[in-house]
Amino acid sequence: MQIKKKDIVTEIKNFTINFGPQHPAAHGVLRLILELDGEIVKRADPHIGLLHRGTEKLIEYKTYMQALPYFDRLDYVSMMAQEHTYSLAIEKLGLLSVPLRAQYIRVLFLELTRLLNHLLAVGCHAMDVGAMTPFLWAFEEREKIMEFYERVSGARMHAAYIRPGGVAMDLPFGFLDDVYLFIKQFRIRIDEIEEMLTTNRIWKERLINIGVVTLKQAIEWGFSGVMLRGSGLGWDLRKSQPYETYAALDFVIPTGVSGDCYDRYLIRVEEMRQSIFIINQVLKLMPEGEIKESDYKFVAPSRIAMKQSMEAVIHHFKFYSEGFILPSGETYTATEAPKGEFGIYLISNNKEQPYRCKIKAPGFGHLQALNEMSIGHMIADVVTIIGTQDIVFGEVDR
Amino acid sequence: MLSYYKQLNNFFQILPVLTAFYYRYEISLVCLNKNLLLILNILKTHIHFQYNLLTAISGVDLLNEQYRFCVVYELLSVTFNSRVRLKVFLNTINNIDSSVVVFKNANWWEREVWDMFGIFFKNHPDLLRLLSDYGFEGYPLRKDFPLSGYIEIRYNENKKKIMIEPISLSQEYRLFSFELPW
Repeated sequence: MQIKKKDIVTEIKNFTINFGPQHPAAHGVLRLILELDGEIVKRADPHIGLLHRGTEKLIEYKTYMQALPYFDRLDYVSMMAQEHTYSLAIEKLGLLSVPLRAQYIRVLFLELTRLLNHLLAVGCHAMDVGAMTPFLWAFEEREKIMEFYERVSGARMHAAYIRPGGVAMDLPFGFLDDVYLFIKQFRIRIDEIEEMLTTNRIWKERLINIGVVTLKQAIEWGFSGVMLRGSGLGWDLRKSQPYETYAALDFVIPTGVSGDCYDRYLIRVEEMRQSIFIINQVLKLMPEGEIKESDYKFVAPSRIAMKQSMEAVIHHFKFYSEGFILPSGETYTATEAPKGEFGIYLISNNKEQPYRCKIKAPGFGHLQALNEMSIGHMIADVVTIIGTQDIVFGEVDR
Repeated sequence: MLSYYKQLNNFFQILPVLTAFYYRYEISLVCLNKNLLLILNILKTHIHFQYNLLTAISGVDLLNEQYRFCVVYELLSVTFNSRVRLKVFLNTINNIDSSVVVFKNANWWEREVWDMFGIFFKNHPDLLRLLSDYGFEGYPLRKDFPLSGYIEIRYNENKKKIMIEPISLSQEYRLFSFELPW
């Protein structure tokens, strides 16, 4: 039998590999099915849910106060930003007001949290791409910020410090002085990190024109935060829908031009500088006064009040046993978390537990665009794109 | 304040919505299942709305109601700095049109709702489970799904493999929900 040439079918199959879930550059537990043609990515299919803990289900079975610490554990590199959003949602439903000092303390910690997050984002991004040193410097600074967390709440990371109606306790003596000393030297640390990266040829070659997102695409994909600003839209909820005292503070929203990974890196660095600027203003403006609402139906009474009044003891007991009741209603409250728009869709039904608490995590929306962002790039650029999206699996998987 | 009422009126005139609510400075619209895509399209493309950014889709289980499920779309207009919430109510046998044709990023949000509530989205390009484990059964965010689940997974040291067994609790799960004595 003779084999004719037309019978020989040459079929070229693309190469399919598993990226993760235990790859160090996958930022946690991302399982990525990559279809490769040589080194070019043809398709990237993210499989998520390996860190799914059922947070939304658990919250439905807890009182409002017991549910608060779950929010620290969602995006575990920007903890206070999320408990703040949850507190805002409760304050909106319960019509609570927050004293001015508490608002400034919140802003102070939100901006410290932004530093915490962006240090990790830039540092880990640099390490994924191949620069080890900025990562080590960034973690040194993160440790200092976590010490501030520890001083006000006792916990380095999962603080549960921002509570509905205010903050848990007042700032310790000399705290603001130390924050001032920290930001004074932190300026120089940013300069050092920038010296290593911004004009570095390898860094630029790996980042410029990688993962380009046009403004139209960014809106189509429902991006928020740095991912949206990198494409040139100056959309920041701190400016456009101000909460706490952001309306009274002066800061600039950096935006990108070309929407590539390099622009987003520059924005993160600039946002850190703006955060320092905001913290500086907060240190100057920090007023004296109460740190939580005085309505005992929603806020636990202080220890001093408990020593003096029976009423306060009763309220304290009721607050920590049955919790408080929110009237029936629903709200979608969103804030500008370091990673983007973090939203809570909270439904209350006149009980002490939330009826439904949907968590809108920014990373979830960003990750689903990974496929389109990485098509046509090299496999090594997928790592860059994951890094620039600043994915943390605690919030994606919930 | 007034402008919001005006805006609500606007919604009524242009859109086939059933009702509109205004609560805590937030607008929510309720529409019929069959009008969903039409309304989403108008809200996205109409020059006076431009709600072109879909923030999230969430499911809600309203157990013991006539319409058991509610699917909630959160839309954001970057141009007018405004948010609107669109709700569709469904019973257990209804399904709902997938909005991927209007908003691309509805893809994963709808997959999540399908995974968690078992609401079926018609014409969805890739309706697979998203967050739960491979081979998971049941819809965990439904109110009649127990918090502890039905199975437990552990590693058996003797057999050197992962065992999947029905859950056994040494103590019954206690729900601390009291009729208020005060």
